[in-house]
Amino acid sequence: MTIWIVIPAYNEEKQIGRVIAGLFEHGWHNVVVVDDNSSDNTIVVARKSGALVVHHVLNRGQGAALRTGDELALAMGADVIVHFDGDEQFDPGDVKGAVDYLQEKGLGAVLGSKMLDNRSQIPWLKKLLIIPISRVINLMLTAAWLSDAHNGFRVLTRATAEKIIITQDGMAHNSEIIGKIKKNGIKFAEFPVKVVYNEYGQGVGGGVKILRDWILSVFIR
Amino acid sequence: MYKIRGFMYLIQILLALFALFALLKTKQKFSLGDIGRRDLLVWVLLWVAVIVVAIAPNSAAVFAKMTGVGRGADLVVYLALALLFYLFFRMTVRIEKMKREITVLTREISLKEKNSESK
Repeated sequence: MTIWIVIPAYNEEKQIGRVIAGLFEHGWHNVVVVDDNSSDNTIVVARKSGALVVHHVLNRGQGAALRTGDELALAMGADVIVHFDGDEQFDPGDVKGAVDYLQEKGLGAVLGSKMLDNRSQIPWLKKLLIIPISRVINLMLTAAWLSDAHNGFRVLTRATAEKIIITQDGMAHNSEIIGKIKKNGIKFAEFPVKVVYNEYGQGVGGGVKILRDWILSVFIR
Repeated sequence: MYKIRGFMYLIQILLALFALFALLKTKQKFSLGDIGRRDLLVWVLLWVAVIVVAIAPNSAAVFAKMTGVGRGADLVVYLALALLFYLFFRMTVRIEKMKREITVLTREISLKEKNSESK
């Protein structure tokens, strides 16, 4: 079985090398890094670290980079695709458990959640206010009640990646993926992953932009 | 206020002239194939309506009474605002669609480059 890890990266020269090295150490050698036209040396570092690097000639956003990575992984013959972040927030040690879980349960998708165990140090404002609000909004947008509505760690089978074509270039791709999983009746489950906070993540402005993108997408054929 | 020959205000003439100019431009754009038949019809109707209202402001008053708005000038402002909102919305959707097309293009270029590298 071929497993490919897809990492969208924008200006991650400081972390991307360690992220790839971490994955390699855990035995994951099929790593695609989609450089979303970074202005720093992300592309050089990623290549040196041994990843398969694909470069966007224009900055198109994380959702767009993920889809490019999915397409390349599919072309490389991936049976399973893992979405992983390039900023060291995830633990490469969680990949195996999540992939095993996908196969044992015969699922089409596994979604990472930082809320299912207490390994993640979540800032209190985020834990008590932002996460609960985004859970409710996510429920309204996607009809899925998740413990962690915004998590970039996902494991998808080939069939799922072929079905779910991400059209949201920005951060709304997360809700889009969950919505399409539900819509296509794909079996999915959450899986505990550790998240390390390097920065605060998306603020309220980011959330508003996600909503705006989502509403606009209704009018685009 | 300047009334020309005692029957029209300068603003009426300027508005009518501007609408005529816009009509001419619309026709040019249609001839060049920049806009379709449907857009041509909509714009011609709009600019003709502007000319009619500019030359005979009372015509707007008739419609205003019919629709219950009261004053002709108010009706014109309401309609103009609604039209502007609609056009702005349409433009936003179009830009969003264009952004997606740019993404598809960017992706194609990236994957093609990758493909030729590995050959």
